[in-house]
This record gives sequence, C-alpha cells and structure tokens, in this order.
Amino acid sequence: MTERKHGADILIASLTLEGVDVVFGVPGGAILKAYDSLVDSNIRHILARHEQGAGHMASGYAHATGRVGVAFATSGPGATNLITPLADAYMDSIPVVAITAQVGSTSIGLDAFQEAHTWGISMPVTKHNSIVTRTEEISSTIHEAFHIASTGRPGPVLVDITKDALAGEVDWNGPDEFSLPGYKPSVKGHARQVAAAIDMILDSERPVLYVGGGIIRSEASAELRQFAEQQNIPVVTTLMGRGAIPDSHPLTLGMPGMHGCYTAITSMQKSDLLVAVGVRFDDRVTGDPDTFAPLAKVIHVDVDPAEIGKVRNADVPIVGDAKAVLAQLVARGSRVLGERPAPSRDEWMDQIREWQENFPLAYDQDPDGPIQQQYVIDQLNRAAPEGSIVVAGVGQHQMWASQFWSFEEPKSWINSGGLGTMGYAVPAAVGAQVARPDATVIAIDGDGCFQMTFQELITAAVEQIPVKVAVMNNGNLGMVRQWQRLFYNERYSGSVLSFDVPNIPMLAEAMGCAAFRASTPDEVIPTIDKALAVTDRPVVMEFVCDPDAMVFPMVRAGGSNDVVYMGPEDL
Amino acid sequence: MQHVISVIVEDKPGVLARVSSMFARRDFNIHSLAVGPTEDAGRSRMTVVVDGIDTEQIIKQLYKLVHTIKVSEYAPGSAIEREVMLVRVNADAPRRAEILEAASAFGSTPVDVGASTITFEVTGEPGKLADFLELMKTYGIVNLVKSGRIAMGKDQKSAARKQKNGQGG
Ligand SMILES: Cc1ncc(C[n+]2csc(CCOP(=O)(O)OP(=O)(O)O)c2C)c(N)n1
Ligand SMILES: [Mg+2]
Repeated sequence: MTERKHGADILIASLTLEGVDVVFGVPGGAILKAYDSLVDSNIRHILARHEQGAGHMASGYAHATGRVGVAFATSGPGATNLITPLADAYMDSIPVVAITAQVGSTSIGLDAFQEAHTWGISMPVTKHNSIVTRTEEISSTIHEAFHIASTGRPGPVLVDITKDALAGEVDWNGPDEFSLPGYKPSVKGHARQVAAAIDMILDSERPVLYVGGGIIRSEASAELRQFAEQQNIPVVTTLMGRGAIPDSHPLTLGMPGMHGCYTAITSMQKSDLLVAVGVRFDDRVTGDPDTFAPLAKVIHVDVDPAEIGKVRNADVPIVGDAKAVLAQLVARGSRVLGERPAPSRDEWMDQIREWQENFPLAYDQDPDGPIQQQYVIDQLNRAAPEGSIVVAGVGQHQMWASQFWSFEEPKSWINSGGLGTMGYAVPAAVGAQVARPDATVIAIDGDGCFQMTFQELITAAVEQIPVKVAVMNNGNLGMVRQWQRLFYNERYSGSVLSFDVPNIPMLAEAMGCAAFRASTPDEVIPTIDKALAVTDRPVVMEFVCDPDAMVFPMVRAGGSNDVVYMGPEDL
Repeated sequence: MQHVISVIVEDKPGVLARVSSMFARRDFNIHSLAVGPTEDAGRSRMTVVVDGIDTEQIIKQLYKLVHTIKVSEYAPGSAIEREVMLVRVNADAPRRAEILEAASAFGSTPVDVGASTITFEVTGEPGKLADFLELMKTYGIVNLVKSGRIAMGKDQKSAARKQKNGQGG
C-alpha cells in the first residue's frame, strides 16, 4: 500500500525490513529526524558514549552473529568518529552498515556547520559507500547497502543521507530495488579447480590446512571439519580463524604467525602443500613472504579473487565461498577416495606430534610472584561456562588470550586482527552481549586499551548489558614495552602507564559496574568466581600483572618463520 | 612497461573518485587516465595507462569496486590507441615555413598562430606524438597540453574477414 512518508520513516522501515533489531549510535542535529522515527519502531537504540564505541558495538554484534551490525552517527564529528571502527571492520571483513547524516544537500560544499566530506573520508575504509541526497533513493540504497555488506566478502558499508532527504516526503510502498550490474560475488568454486585440488591433496605427503576468518564469516566450520577429517590434514587457525575448528580436535595445531605456536608455524614451513581457505597470507602470519612455507604448493580458496595471488602465487586458485567450496571438496574427495587409496600421512603426523610434545605453549605461575596473564586466562577459561564469547583488545593480553583460551566454537572469539585497534574490546563485547544475551561475554583487555574506550561500560550499565571485563593491569603498554626491551635497548619511551591511576575498581563502580581486584596469584580464582556470579550488571575484574612478562613464541616482524624464538634466551 | 586497461563503470557520481582513490591506496601508478561516455547511456569508460608489470592485482582491485562492470587489458597491438596534444612552439618569421612543413609531414595543422609562436594540434598513436615532440624540441616548445590516452579494441572479426578476402595487410 502506498503511503506518504518522510525519508526518516522510510529509513527506519527499510532497516526493519532488513531484520535490524538494534542500532548503536549517538544522535545530533542532522540525524534528529531519523532518531524521531526510531521512537515509533521496534528497533532498540543503544546510546553509545562515543561513536567509535557505537561502531565497534555494531562490529561486535556482527562478529557474534554473522548478521549485519548497524551504527548511527550524525554529520561531521559523529561521522568522523566512526572512521576507526569502519577501517577495523574493513580489515576484518565484518558486515556493518553505518548510517550517517549529512548537512542539507544545498549546503554541501559550503563548509556548513558540522559538515564533513564523510563519503570521501570513508571511501578507502569501506567496501562501498553512498551519499543519498533525495528521499526517493533512501530505500533502494539501504537495501543495496545490506546486500553489499553481507554478501561476497563481507565488509562495512556507509550510507550518508542528507538532512533534507531525511525530512522530505514521498509516496512509498515498500522496499525499492537496486541495480548493481557489476556486482556478482562467486559462491561455488570451479569444478575443474576443485578436482585439481583433490588430486594435489592426495599426492601430498605433508599438507596443512591454513584457515582463517573466512571460515567464520561463511559459517563453514562443519564443512571444514569434515574435509580435514576426510583428507586427514592438520589445521592451523589464524588469529581471525580461532574457533573455526575446535582447539580440542586432534587435527588442530593452533595459531600460526608472529606469536603463534611452534607446531603451527613449523608445520607450514615444512609443508609440501598449503590448503589455504579464507585467509589472506597476512604479514603477521607469513613473516618474510619469500621464506614463508618455501616447499609448499598452494591451493587458495577465497571469495575475494583479489586475495588470490596478492601475496603468494596459488598453484590452484579457487574463487568461491568457503562453505560452498569446502562442501565441493568433500564431495569430490569422497568420490576419488572410493577409487584410490588414501595416502598414509603417518610420518607427517608423527613429526607433528613430536613438535607438539617438544614445543608446547606453556607458562609458569610462581605462587609467590606477580600474576601472569596466561594464568588468569587459563583460569578464566576453566571457570567460564561453555559457549562463552571472548573479546580481546590489542597487545600482549590479546596474544595470550588467543594462545591460552581453548576455542571450541566459531564466533566465540572476537578481536581486532587486521587493524589492531586498541579500545576494541569493551565496545565490541557490549555489541556481542546485545546480540547474544544468553551467552557469557568476557572481554580480556589491557590497561592501555581499557583507557581508550572504558566509557562504554557506562552504556552497558545503563542499558543493563552484563558484560564481564578482565583488565590485565601491567601498568604499561605491554606490547610496546616488550619491543622496547627486545629491540630498543630497554628505553621505555612513552610506554609507561600507571598501576594505580586510574583506580580501576573505583572507576568501574563509578560507571555502575561491579568490580573486583586481584593483586596476587591466590586472589585470581576467587576474583573470577565472584565476577562470574554477577549477572545483573557489567562487572570489571582487575588483575595486577607482571609488567615484565613477554609473549612467546615470537617470530621477528618481517623475519623468517624458520626462526621461532621460544623465550628471551633465544633472541 | 606501460599497460592499457579499459574499465567500464556505471556512470554514477563519484565513480572517478572511487577509481583514483583505489589506485592511490593500493600504490598503483597511473600514467594517464581518460574518462568519457560510451554508447550505453548508463556507462562510462575509463582508459587507464599504468606503469609497472603486475596488472593482475590492478584488474582484480578494479573489479572489487562495486560500480565496475568490466575490465579488460589490451595486449600490445590489439587496440587502436589515440592521444591528442596541443603544442606551442617558437616560430620566428625566418623558420616559420620550415616548421609548418615539418608539421605537415605529421598531418598536423596549426590551430593558432601568434607573433612568434605556432600552436599545433596533433592526434594519433602515442608513438607519433612522441616523434612530433622530438622534432619540435629543436625549435623550442613553449607549452604542451596532452590528453590521456583512449583506446578501443580492434574489431577482430572484421580483421579476420579482411584477411580471408586477401585484402589484409
Ligand atoms: C589505537 C591504537 N594505538 C596504538 C596502538 C599500538 N599498540 C599496539 S599494542 C599497544 C599496547 C597495548 O597496551 P595494553 O592495552 O595495556 O595491552 P598490553 O600489551 O599491556 O597487554 C599499543 C600502544 C594500537 N594498536 N592501536
Ligand atoms: Mg598493559
């Protein structure tokens, strides 16, 4: 039925039609009309305390569910505050739609109050963006934005809508179609390439499945597991791919890369075939690309053709969605395995077991010494209910969380991998908790990161979003300190925070959270128990940790993965 | 080495900015870029000449832009390539005749004649323009304006047919 509607009403109706149940944002002059329409909708609005928080919340929501997260911001500073989370979502292929308001279309270019060239500023950090200056274009543009954000390689899309387009009135009768003649993401892989891949795998003696965030985004965990088991291939999961296959699975080797485990790194170095699925040969994984996995042929499956061959040439390129292609590989694999014997990989598996035994991930907690973050993470992991979601900031604590948490499910690990955005954890955890109210959501954050975005705990308290935040207070920008210790003669330039200021429990309580502190190892477990018992409001646990602990194993930035330092004595 | 890439894009506001922003962000070097309408009202063609060897990434990244419809790279010799330039050269009275004669060998006519200069318009293959410039350097170039290159793939079918009829060459 055709109705006369304001642009703002069409916007909100369009979001509702896309299935949006919550938006994260901060209002302002240019977007007020949309906020007014929100009142009459069933969409929940969560008022972030900073647009960066709103953006990361949308991203946390999307990470936790696979659905598109939505952020709102007003023109000018509201929109520019969204740039970091957009860049973050772009690097990690997270489906987010940002709606920003723009000054009136006749004021554009005149340096009007709160005018910023949002479209231009956001272009290089979004999968796509649009500016809407006419009310008639709102519906189709929103529809298009959700389509682009959620299909192919997911990513953030920004829609900038002028104030007059939001205020204008038109006759409208439901969603308007869009036309994108050049946008046709591949889903299924080419059958000939799939067959070639299976042949190559069956000829391989030392294959490794190298999988990442693409598995999580395409919800391909079941297919991955089936394929790994069918072909008997060990699996390394990148920082973005942790949880793609359970860490408890016998074929799982853990994380590769700069702070990966020895076996994951070394198995790739010695492998004769990398089956890369939903990964992009990131420099944090490959180290020096020229010496990375030097003996390996490469089968590369990715939904984004530009990733194939970008860093490493692929012997068998397969463009397609990870889930669809893995299912094709399984089908083809079972056909071929009916005709020829499966290769024995006993020698390879024995070698891998040997590495695992000789070079495990380990830590020491001296009962009388300072708290080690690994111990806290280990204990949190033991105490947390099954199905918990872990969200990390960026730094040492992030690396330890990725190493020492045992990830059993996809979407149980949320972090900022590509951009490495400090301040990500608290707002992303809030977004994840909104998306998954039933789950226990635990942010593992650094004291430095926490101080970038802790104000979103106010949002959490006011909105009754009971996230749990473990702040690893090592009094320092620990990862920076580690590099300064190892590579800059222990000159700790600009990396010293303070153990006491802010007083984290007092700060947390002031923000409406429950708060606990552990200063010694014996206080760790009781603190965790008390914190996990709080379910009616957000809770902050402060762990006062060893400032001098360092993350190992370690491969030097740009160095060869053949050289894995297991501890400071190796450097 | 230079590569000629032809990009068909949706004719939408800002599409040129998207393409040039992508080139800048990915650190691809643009030698020249020409944009204009096509026979199809909703589509524009960009002819991009790039320096370097890896056009595969450039082409893939162009395809990633949502408004890109088709990207093709012309193999050397497979396209008709044209550039236009305006060249103003020093032309004192005693040398005028000589300069005009030299230019006419290139099929170039003067488009502006001043007291001490002549301005030529030259259209043609990039090689021809380069030769013309080389020649005019001896007289002294006062001003040069050059367009980006445009290119159109050769009509393979008609070329093949011509050859069959023995008219090729
Ligand atoms: C926004 C931002 N600024 C700076 C950096 C550089 N950086 C990477 S890790 C890090 C230290 C993080 O400190 P903290 O949160 O205390 O974590 P820790 O390493 O101590 O566990 C810094 C400054 C970054 N990643 N992001
Ligand atoms: Mg710290």
